[in-house]
Amino acid sequence: MDRRLQFAFVLLCLGLLSSTARSDLVVSKAERLVDLNSHIVRVLSKLKVENEGPDDVSEVLLALPDAQAKNLAAIRTFYSDGKLGFVLPTEPIEPKGMPSDVTYYSIALPKKLGKGKTVSLDVLSIFTRSLKPFPEEITQAESQLVVYTDNMYYTSPYPVKYQSLVFRLPGRVESYTKYPKVELVKSELRYGPFEMQPAFSYSPVVVHFENNNPFAVANELVREIEISHWGNVRVTEQYTISHGGASLKNGFSRIEYQARPYMRGASSFRVLIAKLPARAHSVYYRDEIGNISTSHLWDDSQRTQLEIEPRFPIFGGWKTTFTIGYSLPLHDFLFEADGGKRVLNMTFGCPLDEVLVEKHIVKVVLPEGSKDITVATLFPTKQSEDVKYSHLDILGRPVVVLEKDNVVPEHNLYFQVYYKFNNISLLSEPMMLIVGIFLLFVACIVYMHTDLAISKTSSSYLEKLQWEEVQATVQHIKNIFDQYLAAHDKLESSLRDLSRSGDVQSCKAARKAADAQFKELAKELKPLLTFLQSCSQASSILPKIEELVTKEKEMQEKEMAKHTTVVDCFEKKLGGKDIESRIASQQQKLTSLKQEVESLLDSISEI
Amino acid sequence: MATSKVEGSSSLRHAFGGVLSVFILLLIGVVAFSIRLFSVIKYESVIHEFDPYFNYRVTQFLSKNGIYDFWNWFDDRTWYPLGRVIGGTVYPGLTLTAGTMWKLANSLNIPLSVETVCVFTAPIFSAFAAWATYLLTKEVKGPGAGITAAAILAMVPSYISRSVAGSYDNEAVAIFALIFTFYLYIKTLNTGSLFYATLNSLAYFYMVCSWGGYTFIINLIPMHVLLCIVTGRYSSRLYIAYAPLVVLGTLLAALVPVVGFNAVMTSEHFGSFLVFIIIHVVALVYYIKGILTPRLFKVATTLVLTVGIAVCAVVVAILVALVASSPTKGWSGRSLSLLDPTYASKYIPIIASVSEHQPPTWPSYFMDINVLAFLVPAGIVACFLPLSDASSFAVLYLVTSVYFSGVMVRLMLVLAPAACIMSGIALSEAFGVLTRSMKFHITKYFECSHTEAPAKLGESTSTESSAPLENMTKSDTTEKPEVARKEKVARRKQKKEKELTENAHVKPVSAKKEKRPLVLPLEASIVSVFLLIVLGGLYVLHCVWAAAEAYSAPSIVLTSHSHDGLHVFDDFREAYAWLRHNTEVDDKVASWWDYGYQTTAMANRTVIVDNNTWNNTHIATVGTAMSSPEKAAWEIFNSLDVKYVLVVFGGLVGYPSDDINKFLWMVRIGGGVFPHIKEADYLKDGQYRVDAQATHTMLNCLMYKLSYYRFVETDGKGFDRVRRYEIGKKHFKLTHFEEVFTTHHWMVRIYKLKPQKNRIRGKSRKSKLGSKSTSSKSGGMTHKNPWN
Repeated sequence: MDRRLQFAFVLLCLGLLSSTARSDLVVSKAERLVDLNSHIVRVLSKLKVENEGPDDVSEVLLALPDAQAKNLAAIRTFYSDGKLGFVLPTEPIEPKGMPSDVTYYSIALPKKLGKGKTVSLDVLSIFTRSLKPFPEEITQAESQLVVYTDNMYYTSPYPVKYQSLVFRLPGRVESYTKYPKVELVKSELRYGPFEMQPAFSYSPVVVHFENNNPFAVANELVREIEISHWGNVRVTEQYTISHGGASLKNGFSRIEYQARPYMRGASSFRVLIAKLPARAHSVYYRDEIGNISTSHLWDDSQRTQLEIEPRFPIFGGWKTTFTIGYSLPLHDFLFEADGGKRVLNMTFGCPLDEVLVEKHIVKVVLPEGSKDITVATLFPTKQSEDVKYSHLDILGRPVVVLEKDNVVPEHNLYFQVYYKFNNISLLSEPMMLIVGIFLLFVACIVYMHTDLAISKTSSSYLEKLQWEEVQATVQHIKNIFDQYLAAHDKLESSLRDLSRSGDVQSCKAARKAADAQFKELAKELKPLLTFLQSCSQASSILPKIEELVTKEKEMQEKEMAKHTTVVDCFEKKLGGKDIESRIASQQQKLTSLKQEVESLLDSISEI
Repeated sequence: MATSKVEGSSSLRHAFGGVLSVFILLLIGVVAFSIRLFSVIKYESVIHEFDPYFNYRVTQFLSKNGIYDFWNWFDDRTWYPLGRVIGGTVYPGLTLTAGTMWKLANSLNIPLSVETVCVFTAPIFSAFAAWATYLLTKEVKGPGAGITAAAILAMVPSYISRSVAGSYDNEAVAIFALIFTFYLYIKTLNTGSLFYATLNSLAYFYMVCSWGGYTFIINLIPMHVLLCIVTGRYSSRLYIAYAPLVVLGTLLAALVPVVGFNAVMTSEHFGSFLVFIIIHVVALVYYIKGILTPRLFKVATTLVLTVGIAVCAVVVAILVALVASSPTKGWSGRSLSLLDPTYASKYIPIIASVSEHQPPTWPSYFMDINVLAFLVPAGIVACFLPLSDASSFAVLYLVTSVYFSGVMVRLMLVLAPAACIMSGIALSEAFGVLTRSMKFHITKYFECSHTEAPAKLGESTSTESSAPLENMTKSDTTEKPEVARKEKVARRKQKKEKELTENAHVKPVSAKKEKRPLVLPLEASIVSVFLLIVLGGLYVLHCVWAAAEAYSAPSIVLTSHSHDGLHVFDDFREAYAWLRHNTEVDDKVASWWDYGYQTTAMANRTVIVDNNTWNNTHIATVGTAMSSPEKAAWEIFNSLDVKYVLVVFGGLVGYPSDDINKFLWMVRIGGGVFPHIKEADYLKDGQYRVDAQATHTMLNCLMYKLSYYRFVETDGKGFDRVRRYEIGKKHFKLTHFEEVFTTHHWMVRIYKLKPQKNRIRGKSRKSKLGSKSTSSKSGGMTHKNPWN
């Protein structure tokens, strides 16, 4: 009766399907391999599909029970054409007139399947959260046991002629669904082969087994990829990692963990391995309270491997957060594309081994001034845009945000971001700094050279002005005295010339010129002195200058006298010794005067 | 021509000197900053100490929520269930400074994290402090001494110990504020400018914001003012330097919530007001003296003295009565322990329990100020030749800070700038004398070898020596005409003298006659200069060593060198990270108060007591719980809503500052409030021990049990590597607590209180009678519970 009903159901289905011309397909062979080694369940189904109908078929339907489909992270179909392998597009569809608690996926065949032809397809489906810990709470000493439930027959909208099911298990098996055709060989549990099963046959199979492999789940991962056109790609990954297996009860005992780490605490994990791209450098590993010192880095030309150890071993239900960051050379990941565009080619997924990412966010921060941004990914993601402000930005850097839930290692595929960027924009920030510092100096100069006094009539301001004037005058006077001294020097040198050449006339001329200069200078000095005398501010410096003037006058006289004596002596043709004895006293006075004048000038210049 | 060249070269030399000193100061700033980076380079860029985590947390709150929320912040994550008004109980200077710096950087779109800013605040402010020292010493003894003092301060170990990168403590900013306030005071005193007086009050305000040590300023400056008055150095400049500071400074200080009315109510500020009155009386007397004839003045003096003394006596009597009526005489505990070093150990164990409140030992002076200790006396001598207002202040600062540093190790920090200033003065004076005599000898040598006019040398020098002296007096009068007009005799004198010494450097020949006694033999001076340089080199070496080795070792991460390299003990952060991620957000964690700040900051969990030891009773409660037997402790913790208990245990790796070593203070503080805890119960023959000879009370108290739970299983004997003996009680079980986490090296152990419900059900299943008796017992226990 039962069989009849089933048969009728199948007939009905077939009848319904015949209208869509799919009923003619038959799965001639279905071998399923369920890999239960990690907490991510991978099911590889090797299918041989035969077209028994008259019409050509261009698509093949896959079916998954809804209970499984909600845990599906990825589904991929591989097709081999003798030499080349392809990945065939596999899209979810909702065909009409099919049982409703099943989700369907359609595979588009590369070429139509003619009558009587067969095609081989390898379908890899990846499920997450399909291993249910049982018991749900274990102590530190216990092993973690999990339960996996599946259909013993291959769920297919087509009849299956021949099929088998193999579970690959990591360890001890607690129990499994008994069935005549089952055998347990080492770590493999084999069901089947079964022959001639109608479409949608169903018989539950439950495996209860030990699985102590790390159930590392990243509840959230934010990957920020920041491009700098100065030659660097900086990747920052923020993880929230938890243990997705059976939770720990009765606390954690360090002594037990240390004494027998592999037995006492078998379900925990303490090491995660990240495979970073080759030539990754400046790697860091930290969390919100600082560096985590337990990590190792291996580096070769092929790849960089980072072994990280969270601060504490992660037991069931425990959680931790950390950040990994590294830098990559830009030329490995950024390329020129058509139309003057640039293309960034990076992997999408998480670099950690066997980690399920529940919420995966990739942020690509493009340099400031990038335009025409497009993203190409191999699987659907939620895209949005954002702006990030960093390092002296004005407009902000455009950020492409890609979000995807349930990301498994199989999602570690390349994606591309195309954008336009002008290299001139690179210079904007250095230029800004240069201009800023330049303006700062300009401001300083302006401040030093402008008069910022509020009241131009206040006494202190006027005093200051006057004081500046006095200073200028004193400077002028100093210059005049310098000229005086220069004239004296000239006279002296003329005397020396005289003693050498005996040319009295030129010496006289020099005296005349000096005399004229002295007079001119005196004329120049007069108004300055009167100004200083009239000025109250100069009262302090005036005596010194007056002294200077008198001293200089004296010096002038002495110099002239000496000059005349020497010239006279020459005219009288007296001997050198004689001359020297005559002017010795004068010479002495002159020197002391000169020194006094110089020291006076010195002290004046010090104001 | 020659003279003009000399002119040009001298002005060029001045300009060059200016540029050079600016450049040197810049380098000093760089040194001050970079010598403090050892901890970041050797370890990492995080807050390295425990206490600063609180400041860091406050800064985070400030940067996230803004200044108004910060002022009104009631923190419910500490002192559970009391909470703490952070805005009103914290010195906000450091946090506001770092918050402002962070905001500034972020407004320029420089993405610095709050943590980075906090880590580097202290080194940045050390550079500022070095520059402030330059300014202060320049006011006291000229720019040469200033630069030397700045260079010395930039690397003085005592200051480094408090301001390495990652130690985000109040002192980092406060020392800068302290020196800068002193600089502005001296500047006001030297110039009599009201502008600087106002700036001085603002600097004082910043100091009040930053550190409780501001009371040092408000007592030192009045002392100096009093000293000036007593020694007859009163002037209007002194009045301008002091009166605005008291008025404005007190008003501003009262604006800081943590100070508030304390700025006028407590005895720490009393001295400043007294001196304020005195300076007004003195000013009045000087004024009256100016307008009255000497005879009239004498009459008035006698009249005023009789009336004044009577009034003063009455006022003083009232004040004394008021002050004496309060138990602590209006002084806070910390200040009292400064005045009476034995006070704290007698009455306040919680102050005495902090190691940095203990008096220092001699080696710590050598460690912290090194060769400065020898240079300081020379500096004091230099300050007396000649004594000015400014140099008398420097001497007074040094003397008082030496006293305070002798009372508390922590106040060595206040001594450091004073010692640096003094040593700077000493070194620069010594170099001045030595180079001057060297220069003298060398010029004499050159002039002797000069064949042109050897005979005239004596004469010319004699005329020269008289002329520049004249010039000097004149140049002094011309220097600042507006100053000259005012009657500032004292200042001019001082200025002249300074000029004299300064010019002496430039013109050794001219000053020969006056400075003859200071001229040393050439060989002696060369050797002394060399020795001084060696001394300076030794100081630098010591400072770099101290910065690299002694003071840069973080306390949150411990390291040990073994034959196979560096071994890192990161247990504290392991435990805090575990608490942060694997407990409920609102769980309460009990631990000794030392770990309170870290737990709130790193683990983000509510604590019962923390390092802000404002409530002695609350701390005593935790101390009582730790020293009670398991069950009584459970009752106390349960009544406090505690879910986890955290203890620090160093017995496995030999970490000496663990809870067992601090336990005596827990007993003492707990026993101080709850008399049923008696210290004698924990001591065997007056000795504190946890080995087989320990008392029964000791071996059954909670702290012992939590520390040594299952410890014996590590090596089979239970050998404690800190105490260096086997523990007393090795095998025991916990009935009311369960171990939930222990770090890798067992340094932090976290226990969870077992829930009450299960316990009673378990007992009732066994026997009803038993449950009755236990419940009656627990009822009996509650009288010991301080919370009931």
